[in-house]
Amino acid sequence: MIVQLAYVVASGLFVLALMWMSHPSTARRGVRCGEIGMLLAIIGTLVRHEVVSYELILIAMVVGAAVGAPMAFLMPMTAIPQRTAISHAFGALAVGLIGTAEYYKHAATAGSGSFVMYALMFEMLLGFLTCTASVIAFAKLQEMMTGRPIMFPGQQILNVLVFGGAIVCAGLLIASPETTQVFPIFVALALLFGVLLVIPIGGADMPTVIALLNSYAGLAASAMGFALGNKLLIVAGALDGASGLILAIVMCRAMNRSFTNVLFGGFGQLAATAAGGKGEDRVVRHLSPEEAAMTLENASSVVIVPGYGMAVAQAQHKVSELYQALTKREIDVKFAIHPVAGRMPGHMNVLLAEANVPYEQLVELEDINPELPQTDVALIIGANDTVNPSARDDPQSAIAGMPIIEADKARTVMVMKRSLHAGFAGIDNPIYYNENTQMLFGDAKEFTASMVKELSGGGGH
Amino acid sequence: MANGTVITDYLLVFMLAAFLGFQLIKRVSPLLHSPLMSLTNAIAAVAIVGAITVTGEAGATPLARILGFVAVTAATINLVSGFLITDRMLKMFKRKGH
Repeated sequence: MIVQLAYVVASGLFVLALMWMSHPSTARRGVRCGEIGMLLAIIGTLVRHEVVSYELILIAMVVGAAVGAPMAFLMPMTAIPQRTAISHAFGALAVGLIGTAEYYKHAATAGSGSFVMYALMFEMLLGFLTCTASVIAFAKLQEMMTGRPIMFPGQQILNVLVFGGAIVCAGLLIASPETTQVFPIFVALALLFGVLLVIPIGGADMPTVIALLNSYAGLAASAMGFALGNKLLIVAGALDGASGLILAIVMCRAMNRSFTNVLFGGFGQLAATAAGGKGEDRVVRHLSPEEAAMTLENASSVVIVPGYGMAVAQAQHKVSELYQALTKREIDVKFAIHPVAGRMPGHMNVLLAEANVPYEQLVELEDINPELPQTDVALIIGANDTVNPSARDDPQSAIAGMPIIEADKARTVMVMKRSLHAGFAGIDNPIYYNENTQMLFGDAKEFTASMVKELSGGGGH
Repeated sequence: MANGTVITDYLLVFMLAAFLGFQLIKRVSPLLHSPLMSLTNAIAAVAIVGAITVTGEAGATPLARILGFVAVTAATINLVSGFLITDRMLKMFKRKGH
């Protein structure tokens, strides 16, 4: 009874935690709430009379905390996407392993077609595939393997076969749980499918994939709740599943693409071949850091559009200094944040918040676009596809229909970039060749630092 | 053990929680999508509840204990680092003039 009560209270606290997450001013209270809920759930479980031996549990918890706490404190904010991916892998692994233990426990006794087996198979399928998929996502984000899509002939067919095979094995195990020799094959196929699912996905699609894996991890936990008859797990898993799904939908909308397209499209490769044909020489204008600083100085409103390139160059702190320097001169500076900028939902916001940019200045796509035609300078730092006007103007473009930040509508557009190479999607970006565009060639961090230097006195005025 | 009523009971709980989740998450500012993800990830680590039971049950087989042990470790890593890093991220979101 006490255990059940603890679970009820914990479920309530988890719901409150998400409720308070809606705004930065209450969000930290939400985290406290979640922590208390978790503590209650754990203590509640430890006092259950079924739980009789504690040594292993305590050792595991100490080890887990010893690994988890330093991870949380030492992890640089630029590594947040990787951490998120690997944490999905850990969560899914836990769920899959518990499923395995439960399966062996019930294998001899469960009847054919029992509900527990349905729930367990669903749990393990999702758990194991999410685990390997997240490890691959982690490896791609950590650049331990290529971030480009990996594709080969017959890939779709292989995927269908592997997934179909896993489903057939699951069906067999549900029908006759005692055929334990099928079980390792089932697990192996689920693990393999996770790998196959993510290798054809490129870096720019990572925000969607991470959100989707978040959702899977939640659903797997929920399925575990069905198998164990634990409503707290069902609730927590459903909340996580819903959250991941919503984020994935937001990401897909922000790219005007469907789930199937993200998962099976092989976006990057397709577009790279399409972009090959444009050979004509077009003129680009470019500015030195001094000239760029002068242009910014004479503006009264500036919108900075950050992208993944800013994160790669680790330029966020310099960009924040630029923001401070311009604000000091009473220039209105805002940041335009595209939902898919970076490698996970909200990536740019976290980086800029860490660099001390106040969060009121971080403006969403829909809210900033109406302001851009009245903006003096749009400064694009490491963003490419999210400001590509061909998404709006060219129905033939590979990214046609993707909502963009309409930086090209500002009076002056400055694009900070290493070179004229196409962005991740490999699509030519006409914004570079517009008459109101000035290119700022160089490393984002160094270039911004030089501009800051000019603005803070070095400019001689 | 699980008869029809229990199953529909679970499904009802799942459905209501999912609806509630959708409504709550829709209201979360895109500003906080990264911390949101690490928070929900930490919350989903409540799977530790199942892992504890599997590991500590009377009559658990050695295999179950090993699997449970790994599961408790993995879930603890997630919940500890998940909550802590969410808080660390949220601490950074400051208003103007703070």
